[in-house]
Amino acid sequence: MSNLSRRKMITTGLAATAGASALAVAARLASRYGLIPPDHGGIYGPGETLTYAAQRLLTRHSMAREFPRSQISKIPFANGEPFQGEAFKRFQAGAFADWRLAVDGMVARPAWFSPAELRRFPASSQITHLACEEGWSFIAEWTGVPLFRILNAVGTLPQARYVVYFSMEPGWWDSIDMADALHPQTLLTYGMNGGALPVGHGGPIRVRVPRHLGYKNVKYVNRLTLTDSLKGFGKGLGSASPEGGYAWYAGI
Amino acid sequence: MADYAGTLGRASAIADDRHTPRHTATVRVTHWIITLCFFALLLTGIEIVISHPRFYWGETGNIHTPALFVIPIPASRATVPTGYGYVLPDQNGWSRYLHFQAAWAAVLTGLVYAVFGVFTSHFRKNLLPARAHLSWRAISRSIVNHLRFKPPDAAEDWSYNVLQRLTYLLVIFVLFPLVVWTGLAMSPAIASAFPFAVTVFGGQQSARTIHFFVSIFLVIFLVVHIVMICLAGFKNRMRAMITGRVGAHKEGA
Repeated sequence: MSNLSRRKMITTGLAATAGASALAVAARLASRYGLIPPDHGGIYGPGETLTYAAQRLLTRHSMAREFPRSQISKIPFANGEPFQGEAFKRFQAGAFADWRLAVDGMVARPAWFSPAELRRFPASSQITHLACEEGWSFIAEWTGVPLFRILNAVGTLPQARYVVYFSMEPGWWDSIDMADALHPQTLLTYGMNGGALPVGHGGPIRVRVPRHLGYKNVKYVNRLTLTDSLKGFGKGLGSASPEGGYAWYAGI
Repeated sequence: MADYAGTLGRASAIADDRHTPRHTATVRVTHWIITLCFFALLLTGIEIVISHPRFYWGETGNIHTPALFVIPIPASRATVPTGYGYVLPDQNGWSRYLHFQAAWAAVLTGLVYAVFGVFTSHFRKNLLPARAHLSWRAISRSIVNHLRFKPPDAAEDWSYNVLQRLTYLLVIFVLFPLVVWTGLAMSPAIASAFPFAVTVFGGQQSARTIHFFVSIFLVIFLVVHIVMICLAGFKNRMRAMITGRVGAHKEGA
């Protein structure tokens, strides 16, 4: 073996070791600062982790664009048919007066809220864009209570890192990190374009995260859980989306 | 070949040095990584488009608003009225994961290439056309030569002609950044942090439409690129981009 190739081997070895250690340190730091998404495993994990980490570094506090009233879409496009579950229809027949939103998990005071009780919190309205991952979009005025007000009311424990939310429609659930949960534009929506939120758009209660694609805006929400880890929910990937092949972080 | 005299002189000087590769290792490696990424992005991009093969202009667009144009293909979602009586299999999930992963790989590789290109004067020496070659006469002669399928001369084994240089510059500095930018402009989170990145195009649906057209231009570039390589001598050009070595120049090869 010539001197040159030995030197080359040593340099390559050192560079590889340095690279590996740098990667390990980066992974530790990323995990500590909450830059690792729950669906970081698998072959698409690296891309997903880069996306989520970059978004958290660049857009943690940014505000979704709001539009003038004139830009509200004439026909808001409700994707798919309204939920047809029997129990849901009974709630609907009673104008959702008996609907309850449960808030539990890492909170000081677990609670249930009826739509009327949610309406007693200071409301917030936003004229924002809802874009589906398919490519279509519309703009509507959404009215609801900011999620942070509910979290304050129930007393979020400091170790909570995610809010998991469940639809009454079976198998539909999702989660957001605290940056999104405490974001002032994240709403528990009960109104749209001046009226009650139509069932086709997720009434009585829909989670509205305007900095995410449509599928993160879960309809017919009846339960929120605060947690420090997403491992115990479904397959531990953070939501039903990655189980169906979709990214957990939908701010893309 | 007066317009190639300058390059020819330099090219033969390089050609004499058998250790100098036609393309540096960095160019070769980044070229093939980008190629791989491009195919992944193209395949998954098509897959994503068929879930809603309608395009719009402005901020919003859906089946209740007029389309700018519609691609007359069946869709992978039942929510789009396509006129076809069936729905294609939906592959959006992994397509989106792979689209973004390949985009990251392409952008990071592109950054390595760009830094390399600036620091080694690759852009200035190999891609920036000489001022003498930028006259309309020189460019039109090059276009005529291409249209006549005139085989490239020996100098072009070692250097790009003016049309190649302009095309590569367009792809590297206009189309590639534009396709990344319009892609980012479709992200609601990026739009929240950098609204100007979206409004400059007139809205998120406009960004989507431009993203589609820039992709079409990149595909056209790819097709022409491959055709030109076949005409110039497939084996020789491929060897130059894989190993860096250049074989003996054969007339018409």
